[in-house]
Formats: sequence, C-alpha cells, structure tokens
Amino acid sequence: MSKLSDVERIKTDSRHLRGSLSESLEAAITGALAEDDTQLSKFHGIYQQDDRDLRAERKRQKLEPAYSFMIRARVPGGLCTPAQWLNMDRVATEYANGSIRLTTRQAFQLHGVIKRRLKATVAGINAAMMDTLAACGDVNRNVMAPPLSSSNRVYAAVQQHARELSDHLTPATGAYHEIWLDGEKLPTPEVEPIYGDTYLPRKFKTAFVIPPQNDTDIFAQDLGFIAIVEDDQLIGYNVTVGGGMGMSHGEPATYPRLADQLGFVSVEDHLKVGEAVVTTQRDYGDRTNRKHARLKYTIDDRGIEWLRDEVARRAGVELQAPRPFEFVANGDAYGWQQDEAGAWHYLFFVENGRVSDVGERRLLSGLRAIAKLDVGEFRLTPNQNLTISNLSDAQKATVSALLAEYGITNSDRASALRLNSMACVAMPTCSLAMAESERYLPDLVSKLDAAMNAAGLDNEAITIRMTGCPNGCARPYIAEIGLVGKGPGTYNLYLGAGFAGDRLGCLYRENINEAEILAALTPLFEAYAADREPDEHFGRFCIRTGVIREVTAGLNFHGAAA
Amino acid sequence: MSATASSLQFPLSHDQARRVEDAFTGLDASQLQWLSGYAAGLAASGVATAPAIAPQADVGETWTILYGSQTGNGEGIASRLADDARARGYTVKLASLADYKPSALKKETLASFIISTHGEGDPPDDAELVHEFLLSAKAPGLEKLRYNVLALGDSSYVNFCQTGREFDARLAELGGERLTSIVECDVDFQDAAGEWAEATFNALPEPANVASVGPQLRAVPDAPVFDRNTPLLAEVQTVQRITGRDSSKSVYHVELSLDDSGLLYAPGDSLAVMPVNPPALVDEVLDVTGIDGDTTVDVDGQTIALREALSTKLEITALSLPFLTAWAAHSNDASLEALAAGDNKEALSDLIDSHQVIDILHRFPASVDGQSLADSLRRLAPRSYSIASSLTANPDEVHLTVAEVAYEAFDRPHWGSASTYLGRRLEEGDRVAVYVETNNRFRLPDNPEAPIIMIGPGTGVAPFRAFVEERAEQEASGRNWLFFGERNFDSDFLYQLEWLRHLKQGSLERLDVAFSRDQAEKIYVQHRIRDNAAELVRWIDDGAHVYVCGDAKHMAPDVHAALRDALVAQRGVDADTAEQALKDLRQQGRYQRDVY
Ligand code: SRM
Ligand SMILES: Cc1cc2nc3c(=O)[nH]c(=O)nc-3n(C[C@H](O)[C@H](O)[C@H](O)COP(=O)(O)OP(=O)(O)OC[C@H]3O[C@@H](n4cnc5c(N)ncnc54)[C@H](O)[C@@H]3O)c2cc1C
Ligand SMILES: Cc1cc2nc3c(=O)[nH]c(=O)nc-3n(C[C@H](O)[C@H](O)[C@H](O)COP(=O)(O)O)c2cc1C
Ligand code: SF4
Repeated sequence: MSKLSDVERIKTDSRHLRGSLSESLEAAITGALAEDDTQLSKFHGIYQQDDRDLRAERKRQKLEPAYSFMIRARVPGGLCTPAQWLNMDRVATEYANGSIRLTTRQAFQLHGVIKRRLKATVAGINAAMMDTLAACGDVNRNVMAPPLSSSNRVYAAVQQHARELSDHLTPATGAYHEIWLDGEKLPTPEVEPIYGDTYLPRKFKTAFVIPPQNDTDIFAQDLGFIAIVEDDQLIGYNVTVGGGMGMSHGEPATYPRLADQLGFVSVEDHLKVGEAVVTTQRDYGDRTNRKHARLKYTIDDRGIEWLRDEVARRAGVELQAPRPFEFVANGDAYGWQQDEAGAWHYLFFVENGRVSDVGERRLLSGLRAIAKLDVGEFRLTPNQNLTISNLSDAQKATVSALLAEYGITNSDRASALRLNSMACVAMPTCSLAMAESERYLPDLVSKLDAAMNAAGLDNEAITIRMTGCPNGCARPYIAEIGLVGKGPGTYNLYLGAGFAGDRLGCLYRENINEAEILAALTPLFEAYAADREPDEHFGRFCIRTGVIREVTAGLNFHGAAA
Repeated sequence: MSATASSLQFPLSHDQARRVEDAFTGLDASQLQWLSGYAAGLAASGVATAPAIAPQADVGETWTILYGSQTGNGEGIASRLADDARARGYTVKLASLADYKPSALKKETLASFIISTHGEGDPPDDAELVHEFLLSAKAPGLEKLRYNVLALGDSSYVNFCQTGREFDARLAELGGERLTSIVECDVDFQDAAGEWAEATFNALPEPANVASVGPQLRAVPDAPVFDRNTPLLAEVQTVQRITGRDSSKSVYHVELSLDDSGLLYAPGDSLAVMPVNPPALVDEVLDVTGIDGDTTVDVDGQTIALREALSTKLEITALSLPFLTAWAAHSNDASLEALAAGDNKEALSDLIDSHQVIDILHRFPASVDGQSLADSLRRLAPRSYSIASSLTANPDEVHLTVAEVAYEAFDRPHWGSASTYLGRRLEEGDRVAVYVETNNRFRLPDNPEAPIIMIGPGTGVAPFRAFVEERAEQEASGRNWLFFGERNFDSDFLYQLEWLRHLKQGSLERLDVAFSRDQAEKIYVQHRIRDNAAELVRWIDDGAHVYVCGDAKHMAPDVHAALRDALVAQRGVDADTAEQALKDLRQQGRYQRDVY
C-alpha cells in the first residue's frame, strides 16, 4: 500500500485535533501557527492565510508574511437569529476586517483576524451559540438546507432534519472547548464515535434540497437529500452521493463530478443512511492521495452498486428506487414571498456574499438596523445571498422601509446576469487563488451586461460563476458560463452546464484574458438571441448548436471516457 | 584570537610566535590595523630591533593619562596623546578609568584626564566608579597631584561637559594643582583637543631622556585609517524600509559597500556618518533669513557658497547652546537670552529637545548677513549608527539600522539630518562619508561558550544582528538570548524573518518580544525581563554576558531596574546587594551598554 498522506500523520498524532495549537497561539514571535497546527486549525474552522497583496513587499522588509486568519462559523441550514447576526456583526467589526462574508455553503466567514485576537474571536462567536468546529477539515462540513420553500411546513421539516444530521456528524472532541473556550482539559481523549482517531480521508459535504429549486446544488455534494413531497407532506428523500467540484489544472485524474442517486429512504431513516455513507467513506476513502480522497473517487473506483450495498448493510435500511422530482434552477428565488401561514420572506442579492457598506448600499449598517428590531429570522442562502424571514405584515412594512433607507433594495434593479452570478473569495486572502475572483467578477459582469444588452438579451437569466482556481468553491462547473482562474488575469471558460445545476459544463477556451472572454461570448450571445428555442437556456443552447460537447459524467469531463 | 598562531609561525621561532600571539591577544581590529602599519614603519626604518623602542624605560616621572570614554572619541585622543608623549621621550602610563583603582589616585603626581559626558550629564560607564569615589567623602587629599582635564561633550546637551567639569573642580578641591585649565570640546573636538595637548606639553617639564628618542614611531599608513578628517566614501548598495506599510515609524536597513577599502570593524562598533542636510530645510533657512544662497561665506578657512555651507558644513537641525547664545544676541530677544544663559536648565533642555534651528529662526526673527549666520551655527557633526552586520558574515559590507526622525511641529514638517539622508535621500550608487567608531566596551565575550543576553528594543537591536551573525559564523556554542521591543508586532518587528531563521537554525536560543501598542496596557522589554527573571538569572549564573543597546533616557534605566529586581527576586537579596552585583558584572565586562 502507498504511503499515507502527511495530513494523516498529523491527524493521528493530534490527540483528537489538539496538536500544539495552544502553544502556537501563545508564540508571540510569529503571527503564524506551527506548520502542523495549520492543518489542525481547519478542523476548528480556522484557516491561516496571508495578505497576498503584501507578500513580496514584506519579504523585502524582512518581515514575515502578513498572516491573518479566516474563521468560518457553521450555520446549519443557513438559519440564524437576529441576535446571532448582531453578534457576528460585532465580532467582525471588533476583531476582523469589518465585513461579513456569506459563503456558498450558507455559512459565515470572517477574514483578517490576527493570531492574538483569534481566541477572543472564536469565543465571541460562541457567545451567540454558534461555533466554528468542523466548519472546515476532514469532517462533515456545514449542512445545507434551502432557505425557503413554497410550503413552510416542508421547509421546517427539512430544516430540522438538516440540523439533526449536522449535530449527529459533529466531532465529539473536547479539543475545541479546551483550546478556544478555556474548557477543562480531559485526562484522556474522548471517543470519536463516528470518525475514530483519524477522522475522514477528506472534507465531506452534505445538503438537503426541496424541488423544484436546486438552490443548494445537490449534485455538487458528497451526500444529498432531495425532499420528496406528496400532498404537501414530506415523505422521504432521494439520497444522492458522490458530487464534488474540485480538480487541478493539468491533472485529468481529478475532475468535477455530479452526484448519483443512491435510492429513496423514508424520513425516519435519513440519519442512519447519512451515517452509513460517512463511515463507508471513512473506511474506504483513499488516505494516500488527497487529490483522490473524496467520495466521488471512491465511487468511481468501486462502483455505485458496491456503495449501495455497503450503505444498506451498514444502515440496515432498504434503499428503494428513487422517486421522481424536477428541478428548474440552481439559483435563488428573489424578492418578497408569503408562505401558506401568511409570513413574509424577502430574499435579496448580496454580491459575492460580501456584507459591508459600499457607497449608498450600506448592507452592514442596514442589516444591523434590521437585526436590532429583533423580529423574524436571517436565512443565509447557498448562493451567498440573504433572506429576512418570518415577518408579519406590520414587520414587513418596517423592514421594507429600512431596506430602502440603506439602499439594500437597489439590488432589485440588478441585471439578471448579475443576480445569477457568484464568485469565490480568491485574492487577496485565499492562498490557493491563481487569479482574482470576488474583486473582479462585478466588473466583468458589467461588461457582459453591455454585450448582452447589445444582443437584445436585456433581462435573460444566465448563470455565471467565477473562481480563482479550479477548486471550484463557487461551483463554476455547473454554471452556464463558468470562469476558472488559470493565472493572473486569465481564466478557463466552461460552457454548456445546466441552468438547474444538473449538467457539467465543458472547457470551451483555455487561459484567456478579459478581452478574449468578451470576444468569445459576444457572438454566442448574438447567436443565442437569434436562434434559441422557446424557454431554452443558454447552456442547453450551446450544446444543441454544437458550440460545445455535452458532458454526461465526471469521468468524461476532460474528454471522452477512457 | 587563538587561531593566529599557525599563520604567524612560519617566519618566527616558536618562542617568538608565542610572544607575538600573546601580544596580539585581545586587540581589536583597528589596533591590529595600526600595528600592521607600525611594524611596516619599523621595517622601513631599518631599526626593528628590540632596544630601539624602549627609550623611556625607568626614566623620569610617570605621566598618567586616564580616559573615560563611551563611544571611543576620548579613548582615541588619549591613545594618540600617549603615543606622542612616548615619542617625545616621556614615561607614560595610559589607562581606561575602568581599569584604574581609585585608591591609586593619591600616589599620582602627574595626570591628565580625558573624559566625556553621557546620559544627561552622567559620566561614561567606564568612569562611573572613579567618579563616584572622587565625589564621595572617602576621596583622599591630592596635594601631590598636578593634573589637567580635557572634557568631551556636545553643546546640544544642557549639561555640557558636566563630567569633565566635575572632575576638574573636584581634583582642585582635593588639593590638586592644575597643569592647564580645562578645555571643553564640542562634537567637533579635533582642533580643541589638539590645542589642549600642545598646551599640556608646554606646561610639562622636558622629558628626562630627549636625546635617546628612537625612530619616529609614526605608523606608515599601509592599512588605511579612516577617521573624521579622512572618511571613507562608501557606496550605497541598498536602502530598504523595514517597517511595514501601516507602521507609525520608518526604519531603514542601509547597506554600504566597503569594496576593497580595507576598512575593518568588529561587532559592537558604530559607524559615524557625515550627513548632508535636507535640501528643503536649507531652502527654508535661506528663506526665513532672506539671505541669498549664493552669498559666499568663510567656514573653517574655506570660502564657499552659503547654500553649500548649510548643506554640508553647518548644523541646521539640532540646537546647541552656542547657537542659542549667538541668536539671542542677533535677535535681541530678552527671553531667548535668558534661556540661553542657562539659569533654567529644565526650560533650556525642553527647548533643545523639542525645537530645531528652523523653529528658532522663525520665532526669533533677526536680520543677519550670511557670515553671521554661518558663524552662529555649529559645525555639522557626524551621527553614529550601531553597525548591524558582522564583517565575517558580510565581507566588504557594513549595514545600519536607521530610524527616521521626521515629525510635524509648529505647523511645519521637521526632519532629522542624517536619518533622512540615509533613509530617504541616498540612492543606490551614491557615496556617503563614513568612518568606524571603535567601541571596546561593547564586545562579544572572548569565550565562544559563554551565553549572552541581548536587550535591544527599537534600533537598539542593530548591534545584536551583528552579534548573532558573528556567533553563527564562528559556530560559537554559547547560547544567545534576545529581548526585542517596538510599538506594533505587525509592522515594527525589525529583522523578524532573520530572527526566526536564527531560531530555527539554533543561532538564537530564545527570543522574547514586547510590543507596546498592541494591547491596552503598555508592555516593554523590562516587563519581559521580569516575566523571565528566573531563567535570566540562571543564565547569568551560568556566566552570561548581558548587553543593552538603544534608548538611554527611559529604556536603559528601566531595564537596569528590571535586572536588579530579577536578582532581588531570584537570589533573595536586597536591592543594594543586587545593585552591587550588577556593578561587579559591569566591572567584569559582563554587563555592557551602548545607549544613546
Ligand atoms: C468561502 C468559500 C467560497 C465562497 O466564496 O463562498 C470557500 C473558500 C475556500 N475554499 Fe472552498 N469554499 C467554499 C465552498 C466550496 C465549494 C462549494 C460547496 O461546497 O458547495 C467547493 C466545491 C465542492 C467540493 O467540495 O468539491 C469548494 C471546494 C474547495 C476545494 C477543492 C476540494 C476538492 O475536493 O478538490 C478546496 C481546496 C482543498 O480542499 O484542498 C477549497 C478550499 C477553500 C479555501 C479554504 C482555501 C484553502 O484551503 O486555503 C478557501 C478560503 C478562501 C478565503 O479566503 O475565504 N474549497 N469550496 C465557500 C465556503 C463554504 C463553507 O461555508 O463551508
Ligand atoms: C552610539 C550611538 C549609536 C546609535 N545607533 C543608532 C542606530 O543604530 N540607529 C539609529 O537610528 N540611531 C542611532 N543613534 C542615533 C543617531 O546617531 C542620530 O542621533 C539619529 O539618527 C538622529 O539623527 P538625525 O541627524 O537624523 O537627527 P538630527 O538632525 O540630529 O535631529 C535631531 C533633533 O530633532 C529634534 N527632534 C527629534 N525628534 C523629535 C520629536 N519627536 N519632537 C520634537 N523634536 C524632535 C530634536 O531637537 C533633536 O535634537 C545612535 C547614537 C549613538 C550615540
Ligand atoms: C547618549 C548620549 C548622551 C550624551 N549626553 C551628553 C551630555 O549630557 N552632555 C554633554 O556635554 N555631552 C553629551 N554627549 C556627547 C558626548 O559626550 C560626545 O559625543 C563625546 O564626544 C563622546 O566622547 P566619548 O566617545 O569619548 O565617550 C552625549 C552623547 C551621547 C551618545
Ligand atoms: S476556488 Fe480556489 S481561489 Fe476560489 S476560494 Fe476556492 S480555493 Fe480559493
């Protein structure tokens, strides 16, 4: 057998994720953690980063890189109270860079927290009953669930299941309390019932979804639960397995993959089945090669039938044939809507998830004012947006006024392309970024809007997603226009993905700059405007007209299956 | 120095080689440099036989030349005087006051004191004990003594030449007879010191054995000696700001090339830099006084344009007493005159610390011509910078760590002369006039196994960069411990990457840092010393040498108190005993300071 990856050694030696984190935090001579601890901190929701804009400059100044930390707080199902929002706002303003980042997995991220404030920040987050444990690392990550559904009853049931599964899969280690909250030190490490001493081979992602909206991008998840609703009643889930986006440029053995359906299970069984998928991956995932360690590779290596049998055996649950369902879009449904109980919800666009005050659009201040009303709920969406939920008629009026006052409703006038855009964080914090993303996509969208308007596609919804590297944090391979960073200022362009996140895109142009991106897309917009069929989305159009090859499985993403 | 034997063996007998080696042990770079020239001189004069250099043996009265010197100026003057005296046939004993037993004073009959002032009117470290003894009630009568004093100082300090004055007055009080009256030197001390030496020779009796003076023992300047009059014009290689962009201060790392100038230095030495004043400030001086920059003036017998004089010859930043006195007269301002008279020392000191020449020119307008302006300004003095590099680790280079003096006051920008010259105005390829200031009182232990503790906040860390580089280069096994402090961790951790590398490689054993502005309460190095008192005293017990460099006003006394407290706490002794222990360490050369 090949050698275990180095992260496996670190996990094994870590005494359930403790490592030398406490000592690392104390070391005043560096803003960094000890090298091994930078792997362990991820399990606690903390990433060591450095300001890449300053890297070269500080080296000349004989100073270490400007280290700071990104902290990710879990928000199972994206649901948070106004008090929790206010707390996050306070922590961001006091300890981080003064902005809150809503992620593509309905979680919060703070950037720019320096080491000596780390403990206070984590403690601050915990003060509002939120935590950062397992927000990253080789464990189950933040469990996603839709922020809205036409039926509030179904929404609530799915939320509850998501939360149960999230709790069930949270590591049991006391290290988190010990290190961050000055909790008592246990004499002997606790038992990790699901994960064991070495946790999972790799990150693991779970989501729930309620058709027809595929907002949580269920096919990009390691483990998915598609709600099957009959007569307004949630009866169970189609379980999906083996989705994932990450790949590396120039390494065809790595590829994005859409999930397969494992089968239907009734509501009572979702926990058992979920756990069985996790433990199977724990035992069979590849621990020697981190680029081949996700569940998607385990499945392509061993076959979906093998997994189905293994899961059924471990869970003691019979998996039935999947039930029919239909998805229409993987974006969010914007605007005000009222549920069957009469409560109001407002879902609005937050460009790339960045909550801060910019010009007239004072998101941070406005949401602070709304949270201070202490009414309703804040629901983070899987597309980096936000919903203010559960408002009475009177509360709706007050909130509307504030939304207008702080310029938040301005986004209602944004183009359909922008409303369907997402960018990952990338520069200057992400250490893996090869190109800009969050800081750049808004400009590019303006230019593409102009091209679309010129083609007469004024308000056509096309999904566009950009990432700074091929890891795919904004799920670009399931956007109709996918842009993936290749180098400073250059991107790979992917076309042909499904509007509902149900088909992968395919590489159309490699390593192109802005001018080339515009030159490539403008004629396609013109052709689409002229030749599309009724209700035909851009991705499908590109395939039908032969602009791009249709990708039918992860294994043929890079070309015909070998 | 023990490695020199083998290389010297070839032309010499075993015994000769041993004696040469003995003679060279403990000499510093400039002494060795001088000796090489001396030897060359002997060889050239063809009289390199032993008897020729011993004309003064056993003849006449011994003339004791004693110096108290912190930065080496006085030491240089004293040793040149001693050479000269020996050459003229006198029997001379030259010693640092640090090596001089105070009780021996009462036996002296002929003595010259060359002594500078440091701190705020304090004696230099090496003169501390003699000074204390002399001013105490224990001091004996000195009726047999004939003496004189050369005081070194800086007229931008209120307590100008204070220590020299105290020596001079007290020696007379104790019954001594003045050979000449005291001469007080400002920073441009060369001429005044020369005149004082001549006056001293004139006051002395003829040496007993004039006739037997051997060859002129002038060094043949084979290895060049750079000094104030003949500085090295060193090429600037690098000027790099080493504080981060959000820093509240600018500190520059400056690298100069020595090419093959032959300039030598040892860790602990400083580099004197002749500044060029900020052009904008020169313009402003011309502007306020309304004098044409092309007007010619005489400075030191040279006729040059006033603009040139203000740039390179005259002090137009730091204030000095002579300038204030002169300007009080020019401006006819009673308040300034009163201040300059120096009756209110505190007010005067405040003025000098917080104002520059330009502020006085603005506040006390006077109508003067170019020559009067030039005459009232003091000569531009070189600035000292601790050398931040080891020559072994960086052949042909010398590095400095320069904190820029730049601030806003009275609605005007203000600049320091040398620090902004080095940090901002010099460019790669420019040449800058420098020379080494030897500092034998700030030296690594001879024993490479001895541990060292270095306390160097701010630019005080500069010599320790040289120390650690040197010890790493020597593969010295002694442990090195550094205390560093500054304002902010993120931007002001001078040479952070290098310290982290030394720690990793073992050339630094411990590093404790204090960043004063990163938390509500102010934390300084002295707090870290207290935090680590037990370990620190253990190191001292293990023979550690303790070094302090940086701010003289607050840091050095605070660190001293912390060291004392550490001894009190760890050894269970009282404060006086701890103080005495530090004094003993100082006497043994195990507690050395270079503070400014
Ligand atoms: C914040 C977020 C993007 C955003 O703009 O919202 C994000 C940001 C980062 N992701 Fe991600 N990922 C985020 C969702 C995703 C998704 C989308 C999803 O989960 O639905 C994916 C694709 C799905 C998947 O996992 O395959 C994704 C695939 C990756 C990968 C590639 C994994 C792989 O299997 O190859 C990495 C790199 C890695 O793990 O080695 C990565 C690593 C990172 C890191 C932590 C970079 C690092 O490892 O040093 C990024 C931090 C950047 C920063 O400065 O904030 N991120 N990342 C998302 C946070 C989600 C959360 O709250 O947990
Ligand atoms: C032995 C020794 C070693 C030294 N080593 C170093 C070293 O390694 N690094 C280093 O940077 N320096 C070092 N110094 C200090 C250095 O020699 C200079 O004194 C310093 O750089 C300032 O010189 P300057 O010509 O720039 O300022 P100057 O032109 O001399 O101006 C200084 C004057 O500006 C005024 N002033 C300054 N700051 C303020 C303020 N905040 N508010 C009001 N007035 C102010 C005061 O009147 C002061 O006299 C050392 C000094 C000595 C004696
Ligand atoms: C930190 C420091 C403090 C000083 N304080 C005084 C002082 O109070 N009075 C004074 O006349 N000169 C003072 N000087 C100037 C020195 O006496 C002067 O530079 C002298 O030439 C040094 O001679 P030395 O190298 O032999 O010690 C001070 C110099 C320094 C570096
Ligand atoms: S996609 Fe790449 S660049 Fe963007 S946040 Fe994820 S890891 Fe960083």
